[in-house]
Amino acid sequence: MAANIPTNAPVHGTPTVPHVEHDEHLHHDEHHEQSFLTKYIFSQDHKVIAKQFLITGIFWAIMGGALSSLFRLQLGWPESTMSWLTPVLGKWVEAGKLNPEFYLALVTMHGTIMVFFVLTAGLSGTFSNFLIPLQVGARDMASGFMNMLSYWFFFISSIIMFSSIFIETGPASAGWTIYPPLSALPQAIPGSGAGMTLWLVSMALFIISQLLGGVNYITTVINLRTRGMSMGKLPLTIWSFFLTAILGLLAFPVLFSAALLLIFDRSFGTSFFLSDIYIAGQALNNTGGSPILFQHLFWFLGHPEVYIVIMPAMGMVSEILATNSRKPIFGYRAMIGSLIGISLLSFVVWAHHMFVTGMNPFLGSVFMFLTLIIAVPSGVKVFNWLATLWRGNIRFTTAMLFSIGFVSLFISGGLTGIILGNAALDIQMHNTYFVVAHFHLVMGSSAFFGLFAGVYHWFPKMFGRMLDEKLGYVHFWLTFIGVYLVFMPMHYVGIAGFPRRYYAWTGFDSFSQFADLNKFISAAAIFAFIGQFIFIFNFFYSIWRGRRATENPWNSNTLEWTTPVIPGHGNWPGAIPAVHRWPYDYSKPGAEKDFIPQNVPYSQTQSSNLPNERETAE
Amino acid sequence: MHPSETLTDKETGTGLHPLRLLLILLIISILMMFAGLTSGYIVRRDEGNWLEFDLPTGLLFNTIVIAISSATMQWAWFSARKDNLRQVKIGMLTTLALGVLFLIGQWQVWGELVSNRVYFGGADSNPSGSFMYVLTGVHGFHLITGLIFLVLVVVKSLRYEVHSRQMLAITNGTIYWHFLGALWLYLYLFLLLNH
Ligand code: HEM
Ligand SMILES: [Cu+2]
Repeated sequence: MAANIPTNAPVHGTPTVPHVEHDEHLHHDEHHEQSFLTKYIFSQDHKVIAKQFLITGIFWAIMGGALSSLFRLQLGWPESTMSWLTPVLGKWVEAGKLNPEFYLALVTMHGTIMVFFVLTAGLSGTFSNFLIPLQVGARDMASGFMNMLSYWFFFISSIIMFSSIFIETGPASAGWTIYPPLSALPQAIPGSGAGMTLWLVSMALFIISQLLGGVNYITTVINLRTRGMSMGKLPLTIWSFFLTAILGLLAFPVLFSAALLLIFDRSFGTSFFLSDIYIAGQALNNTGGSPILFQHLFWFLGHPEVYIVIMPAMGMVSEILATNSRKPIFGYRAMIGSLIGISLLSFVVWAHHMFVTGMNPFLGSVFMFLTLIIAVPSGVKVFNWLATLWRGNIRFTTAMLFSIGFVSLFISGGLTGIILGNAALDIQMHNTYFVVAHFHLVMGSSAFFGLFAGVYHWFPKMFGRMLDEKLGYVHFWLTFIGVYLVFMPMHYVGIAGFPRRYYAWTGFDSFSQFADLNKFISAAAIFAFIGQFIFIFNFFYSIWRGRRATENPWNSNTLEWTTPVIPGHGNWPGAIPAVHRWPYDYSKPGAEKDFIPQNVPYSQTQSSNLPNERETAE
Repeated sequence: MHPSETLTDKETGTGLHPLRLLLILLIISILMMFAGLTSGYIVRRDEGNWLEFDLPTGLLFNTIVIAISSATMQWAWFSARKDNLRQVKIGMLTTLALGVLFLIGQWQVWGELVSNRVYFGGADSNPSGSFMYVLTGVHGFHLITGLIFLVLVVVKSLRYEVHSRQMLAITNGTIYWHFLGALWLYLYLFLLLNH
């Protein structure tokens, strides 16, 4: 343990060597009374910021879900009149029909909101913020100020995106991937006017928010771990948040570059992505640009982004599965290794989204090969989750149900990824509902399940009260069944060739046979969306009226459960506990209880120590 | 950091102060942005229809200016180490002045480009010229953030908060400034080799 003993000796001289540099911030005393404004609004407390992200995320999730219900109405009942929606949609309903261009706006906003605002900001923003300091044993993030800025950049970006829905020409309509030239030319679609400008501004601010948050997460994990918390003792949640932040740090700036060039193309007459375009019978004078270049830049972010969405969910699910199976996580090191593997691979597979752009077939094979390798670390994770459950003493808490649901959805969606990863098959499937089914299972639904699992599991630490379990069960089963009913049939529609982002399929004979299936999907989608209001009710009701929580309601090992029921700013009233063991000592043979928290030294657990641990105890 | 957080009670991390690590991470994100832009440049150039033009002569002068500013910054840092507070101020103010001179120089370069009929946008523009403006412009923007950073350090030094036992701020400033200089050197060489 000698290496962990703190060195108090002041260190001077060259700045790179010392462990502790002098920092003027530390000498300030900020223990004055906080006003409402600094405590709840412009708070620098990571726990408050986490809740701000969560509530904003919930708001966006309702928006995203409502938009999808609207376009599912259109897809399910293309012949029906929608005049009853006029009070909400105004002029976007014309003579009882949804405006086709507005349909595209709906799809675009749904995708953007869900991917970026809910499953990136709402998920990482909430749980990285809430759990990193609590689980590594720090009083707050490395820079509380930058952390606060991160939320407020997100907030402004949200306001801009939200306001774009209400402008005359409508919000951005070129899909969440905003491929030019559609996104670059206002003549192409009304949404590519002011709506697209607002989209780009909003995303630029969003990227700044993500970077400010991400550098904080990384620094906190590296520098502020409490004594004894070596990287090999970190909970898997922290490993996943840490790697997610690294992915964001490397990928988001590239999206920023792409967005910047697109802004110049749109507003300053450059031609980075535009060339030789005739529109409405007129030749544009843009020459020399390359729209494929945009796709490369976009997917260099876009693919890591899908892992930015899923990895935090993976980490939380690992934690919840182990806790509620009362078993150590199976293959702790393999879990870390596979996360690292996925992170590395995620940067070298982006062109699997571009198999049909006319790329050199040899290059396509290289990307195909790399893409299929991702199945290996993904498989390792799945087997480890299943092995953790195997013969466990399972407690079916709501969080546990959602975690098991996560594993199920991840398998179902991952399998179709392997199909799409084959360039030859993808040429048939690209841009069909098969892709939509794939990513909604593996990313959309899985990450949502991870989010729900996290909320049900950590709600007691966030608000000091429990969510209602019965409502939780109802919510789980409605969602689980709903999601499968929505996305399973989509595979069939997709294999038949039905393209995504089409307003109506009634014009094509080959697709009219799917009318019933589409109705079914739409009905299931709206049913599942309505089911979410049970959660919303449960969430807000329980914040004020829920059953009071104890300090450690799940008998869990990680450090956050050693804090008071509602931790104050600074997290631990006394000293921060030191860490002596890994986080997964559940049901250890010989132990008094079926869990041993990380801060219990080996000297207090003589009966259960393994031979090598006995030495450490002395 | 939380005011009552003590760095002595922690696992050994990288050995860097958290604020230093934050800075390095931000630098990495800036690097990624330029990696995206310059690889976009190469990919686009290989596709042909690429206007070739002579690099403005002003670029060389500006490169020399920013190189000197790195030296004066380093001199200010050494002076802080030796508690020579007057030289710290002189060094930092010279650096600031050279930074501003660099920006003015880059502005002139844009003028030179326009007079050579290399435009940012519009009917007569070509991506090769547009990229030139974007690379210099985005670098210039970051240089402005560097200047703001240095002004904050100067303010600290006026309050006697920069000396041999409080080197964090000035070291971070120096690292960022050297990074901006090196980034420019990379861009300059990149443009020299790829046009
Ligand atoms: C075994 C692992 C996986 C493989 C081999 C794989 C492969 C693919 C391929 C080849 C495509 C492109 C299909 C097309 O557009 O024609 C695709 C699309 C997509 N994948 Fe996966 N995938 C895998 C796992 C995942 C995971 C884990 C996520 C997210 C968490 C994900 C999210 C997405 C998304 C969002 C899209 C669609 C993007 C769009 O066009 O809008 N995939 N996948
Ligand atoms: Cu991908």
